[in-house]
Amino acid sequence: MTATEKKIVRPYGDMTSDGMVQVSFTLPVPCDKRSEGAAVQLATKMGIDPAMVVHAKQMGEGYTFFVVYGRVHHLVDMSQVVVAERDFPLLGAKEINTAIKQRLRRKLTVVGACIGTDAHTVGIDAILNVKGIAGEKGLEYYREFRVVNLGAQVSVPDLVERARTERADAVLVSQVVTQRDAHLHNTKEMSAAFREAFPAERRPLLVVGGPRFDELATGELGVDRIFGRGTTPRDVASYLVHSLISAKQLPSTHLPSKRHGAAA
Amino acid sequence: MTTKLDLDPTLVRRARALAARAGQPVVDLARSHTTAAVERAVLRLAGITGADPDGIPWVNRLVDAVAGDVGLGYGVALPVWHALAREGLETEKPVGGADVTLLAQKAAAGSIRFVLPTGRDATAATRAARRAVGAGIKQIDRRRTERERLVKRLGNPKQRPWIYLIVATGDIYEDIPQAQAAARAGADVIAVIRSTGQSLLDYVPEGATREGFAGTYATQENFRLMRAALDESSKELGRYVRLTNYASGLCMPEIATLAGLERLDMMLNDSMYGILFRDINPIRTFVDQRFSRQIHARAGIIINTGEDNYLTTADAVEAAHTVTVSQLLNEYFAHEAGLADWQLGIGHAFEINPDLPESFRLELAHALLARELFPDAPLKWMPPTKHMTGDVFRGNLLDGFFNLVGTMTGQGILLVGMMTEAVATPWLSDRDIALQNVRYVLNAAGGLHEDFVPAPGGFIQRRAHQVLDEAIDLLERIVDTEPDARRHAGGGMLEAIADGTFGIMKRPATGGKGLDGVARHEEGYCNPATEILESAT
Repeated sequence: MTATEKKIVRPYGDMTSDGMVQVSFTLPVPCDKRSEGAAVQLATKMGIDPAMVVHAKQMGEGYTFFVVYGRVHHLVDMSQVVVAERDFPLLGAKEINTAIKQRLRRKLTVVGACIGTDAHTVGIDAILNVKGIAGEKGLEYYREFRVVNLGAQVSVPDLVERARTERADAVLVSQVVTQRDAHLHNTKEMSAAFREAFPAERRPLLVVGGPRFDELATGELGVDRIFGRGTTPRDVASYLVHSLISAKQLPSTHLPSKRHGAAA
Repeated sequence: MTTKLDLDPTLVRRARALAARAGQPVVDLARSHTTAAVERAVLRLAGITGADPDGIPWVNRLVDAVAGDVGLGYGVALPVWHALAREGLETEKPVGGADVTLLAQKAAAGSIRFVLPTGRDATAATRAARRAVGAGIKQIDRRRTERERLVKRLGNPKQRPWIYLIVATGDIYEDIPQAQAAARAGADVIAVIRSTGQSLLDYVPEGATREGFAGTYATQENFRLMRAALDESSKELGRYVRLTNYASGLCMPEIATLAGLERLDMMLNDSMYGILFRDINPIRTFVDQRFSRQIHARAGIIINTGEDNYLTTADAVEAAHTVTVSQLLNEYFAHEAGLADWQLGIGHAFEINPDLPESFRLELAHALLARELFPDAPLKWMPPTKHMTGDVFRGNLLDGFFNLVGTMTGQGILLVGMMTEAVATPWLSDRDIALQNVRYVLNAAGGLHEDFVPAPGGFIQRRAHQVLDEAIDLLERIVDTEPDARRHAGGGMLEAIADGTFGIMKRPATGGKGLDGVARHEEGYCNPATEILESAT
């Protein structure tokens, strides 16, 4: 559907545009007549009118769970729907593995570390360890990734050296500690060292992550990508595939891939 | 006993014998090595507590200092108790805590140099260490007796399976009221999930903690606070409510020790989880695990193994036999460490893709196979996670079927599945709905396992036989794997782990975290804790 095509919709219960919805919630009050009234009041304020409490059940000492059915009068204009788009497609594990296998034709190597004095490996481990985070497995789980997790308190020269010997396609750095802007200084030092050590076309992709970064500060910090709070391994994997494979193989492939001469 | 699956007893014996053959070299390895964490656990048994101003526990400081001066391979007991005598810090107190802590402080300041005593000095140090460590083990014994008394007075849950519920706010003072509410709502076992990343910390944090990442840190004080709160609930409810935590990661032996000292009742303790999912060095893991299990055996703690984890990465049908293999290995390692069958909460999970035809019958076959292979173990039955989506209604149905398999196959411990598994950490109402689901199934079909006998030669029996056959094949491959003796002495098992036989992870014995804290026993290695624990059996 194009964005300009105006289309109004309302929730659908069992008839077009009847506006029927169903919600459930808990109120911190014991279950009685009064609490049911409270549930109706909340539902009405939410725009459900008329609201029917179809289920109320006390839980423990002073909590009640409600299920409410009712009609809303709100209209949804499909032409006004705005969705935030990420600038790379989010891929599933299978697509990610297939893209690497078929188009890179070797494993994609990722070297990860916490640099400086930062000992908080929570972030890097959540992204790299099989265990992963929020029900998503980490990059180790992807068959076509080769993951080298250097752990905590890695010095920048060591990281550059390992990236070179492992022939890293991407370097992932996690920074949690932000005292005196340590995360920004460390990241700048790291990106400068990589620029010095590698010719531009052979430099691994530099990715940093941490809860306090501004995702838009890539230029200032000299890295290719910044990931903030709530990033999952799949976000990172999709991004890596996008920038190392998909974006690379658009028509502008007049440059033979210099990535470790694996362009065969 | 009567078997519902008509398993061939010769095959079952063969599977066990193969597991023993695969596990034996690993046990030999564990018996001939120590780790920094094992040595720290010994010091904790001797009563050392507390941490330096940076939060690094004194046990870490002391072990690091000894390792720096004489290495880890002799154990810390002799150098430490020799230094105590030399410094005049020995007292007649039954628990030597305060004085050993003082020694740790001095060692951290660099004013003590440790040496390995010989002759009469060594004899005296051995005796003193044994007395101090023995006091810690006596404390564990007292806590076990205390539990037995409470269970006798208050009683066990009326039904099987026991209902196991997770609490995880990150703040121990929030966890406590939630755990008490869960117990009131019917939970028999409360598990406090640990903060993400604790398994990779090479020290145990100190004190009560109020912030964690998706979980609450395991600390001795948090253990104590929660156990005290659940003791209150137990009295109120007239049944003993059990407490669970996690003995895994780089501090596994220390956490096992703290659990024994604070009367925790169950501990997650898998033989390979840390290796496969946390990239912890295999030798470190097996050494730490043997000590942890010896402590658990002594403390009367029920261990829970983690086979469910394999199924979150691998396909639950294709990889069903790897679960069986891991169960057999976990059983072998557990028995070897002195755990009795009633202490083996061997894990498995309801993780088959629900879109697969006959998925429920397959689940029944797998669950019944575990039941029949380990008839005297409680078995820990884990709910669906991998195929849970944001569709909470479907999730609730799936959890109902999971509960049904649990009761039809006589599982001992049932972890309550949450319909919001894939959405958020459970809300109050999610827990209530989930417990209602369990209660309905147990109430409606609690005795169904008496009637449920799969048809001879039918789908369920055939599937169970197939999984057992595949498990035996895999065990044979492990036993036949040619070990690379130059790299390690762990036999085909370590080679198989290095080759990625379990899950898809390749974990070489020379890699992974925590390897630098592993040391081969030197001639004269002394560990009073192991000596006491092994002399009891």
